[in-house]
Amino acid sequence: MNGLRKLTDKIKPSFEKGGKFGFLHSTFDAFETFLFVPDTVTRRGSHVRDCVDLKRVMIMVVLALVPAMLFGIWNVGFQHKLAFGLNDWGFWNIVWYGIVKVIPLYLVSYIVGLGIEFVSAQIKGHEVNEGYLVSGMLIPLIVPVDVPLWMLAIAVAFAVLIGKEVFGGTGMNIWNPALIARAFLFFSYPSKMSGDTIWTGGMTRYMAEGTAYASGNGLIDGVSGATPLAHPTSEGLMAAGTDFMDMFIGTIPGSVGETSAIAILIGAAILIWTGVASWKIMFSSVIGGLAIGYLGYAVGSTDLPGYYQLVMGGFLFGTVFMATDPVTSAQTECGKWIYGFLVGALAVTVRLWNPGYPEGMMLAILLMNTFAPLIDHYVIEFSIKRRAKKVKIA
Amino acid sequence: MKDFDFKETFLNPIFKGNPISVLVLGICSSLAVTVQLKGACVMALSVTIVTALSSLVASLLRNTIPNRIRIIVQLVVVALMVILVDQVLKAYVYSVSKTLSVYIGLIITNCIVMGRIEAFALGNKPFASFMDGLGNGIGYGLILVIVAFFRELLGSGTLFGFRIIPESFYDLGYMNNGLMILPPMALILLGCIIWAQRSIQKELQEK
Repeated sequence: MNGLRKLTDKIKPSFEKGGKFGFLHSTFDAFETFLFVPDTVTRRGSHVRDCVDLKRVMIMVVLALVPAMLFGIWNVGFQHKLAFGLNDWGFWNIVWYGIVKVIPLYLVSYIVGLGIEFVSAQIKGHEVNEGYLVSGMLIPLIVPVDVPLWMLAIAVAFAVLIGKEVFGGTGMNIWNPALIARAFLFFSYPSKMSGDTIWTGGMTRYMAEGTAYASGNGLIDGVSGATPLAHPTSEGLMAAGTDFMDMFIGTIPGSVGETSAIAILIGAAILIWTGVASWKIMFSSVIGGLAIGYLGYAVGSTDLPGYYQLVMGGFLFGTVFMATDPVTSAQTECGKWIYGFLVGALAVTVRLWNPGYPEGMMLAILLMNTFAPLIDHYVIEFSIKRRAKKVKIA
Repeated sequence: MKDFDFKETFLNPIFKGNPISVLVLGICSSLAVTVQLKGACVMALSVTIVTALSSLVASLLRNTIPNRIRIIVQLVVVALMVILVDQVLKAYVYSVSKTLSVYIGLIITNCIVMGRIEAFALGNKPFASFMDGLGNGIGYGLILVIVAFFRELLGSGTLFGFRIIPESFYDLGYMNNGLMILPPMALILLGCIIWAQRSIQKELQEK
């Protein structure tokens, strides 16, 4: 570590203003603060400052996402094995297939996203914002594994430029950038983002090229590749051979990181324990989802009890990692309860009563992102009025 | 007669005072009719004709219109022009008229037409008003055509209905962008045009 520090200090002057590589100052700064906690402190005025800066916060989220990512990699291989009847595949075959499928998604996400971040920071003369570390980690986890890489690249570019940089960069965006990328894909290329064949690795290609695609013996009979949300009835789940435990553990088709409730709950525990994400948003979102889920169950819109809604599709993943985004969620404590509840309630409402969209989590979070400032505004207004009343009485 | 400055009245509305990208008028129709380049061109032409002719007529009448009922008189003039254009389109390019459907009739509600009559034609001589209307119509049409160009090219892979992106691209896995067909993308493209224009003409940037 000492050697690294010395090297950094040695090359630092050439990146300062007027140095040989002065124009690359933002880039250098980004790497230096990535490696070391910066020792700059506020000089004037009182200012509470500890070591937890934006970079450390972001790293905590990235760490919390690791279980979901690892499980996702395994599940990609596992679903491929199930669909193509590769009974002789062991654990390492499965993981290897997952790695081969998922790593390119990550490469595209980070190269395109960070590339744009660095270039725009250079142009504006800002420091490089670290917000993309999390977005780049999230994006591959919320897309189907078979999504073409060039589409992902366009979506990432769109999300970073139109979803974030236009508003002024990290911390200024109205909507969660990762969800902007997904929404862009969803509305631009619907055939690659919904349906039955996209959720299992290799299935799209198999459908296009038939048996010529030599990754096994071909698709085994009866495999539909649909996610549980495609047929969200007890009959549908029975036909797909899925029960509650499968969905809880995550051995079901779906977007890469969203399937396993256990892995996501480990991430949630890390986030809550470190205080990075708001437990109020997570908790109220779950309550909202359960409430509408049981309402749908009571009026007969679905024959699955409300708690099924929590483990299907992206509900938990969205609740834990996307709805709690500190930039785009509500800021006031009371507002967080309202915001979270409405995210969960709207997501399940879209699922149950809108036949056009089998999954509503993305739309619910984006919609509530839009309304979060409004919620905050009214919470603050209400609080001001209540206090003003107290003053009058006294 | 030196009261008419060609550059100021005709060229200014096309670039520096563009009704869409600078004044931000007439947004609705530019979202609705820019899915296909053909429709956008016909719409641009129609609006140009309506704006130019109604500015001309309003300017001719400007000394006889009582101030208190001027809006309704302007409306009658604009409505007349819109109906004429609509009838011509129906007679000669019926299919395009069909795809543009209600939007030709809605030119009457286009802020640009009424705005130019109020702001310019009522206080200027007929020829200058005509040129001003023409310039504003062309400025509107220019943005419409740019937006429609990108939307049709990326959304359908065609221009004026002819295939531009070759079939071999599609065989390699290329796909049309469905978002381009939807109105939100037109709004984003408009935003990009405004962005581009303001980074070139720095005096337009608001502080």
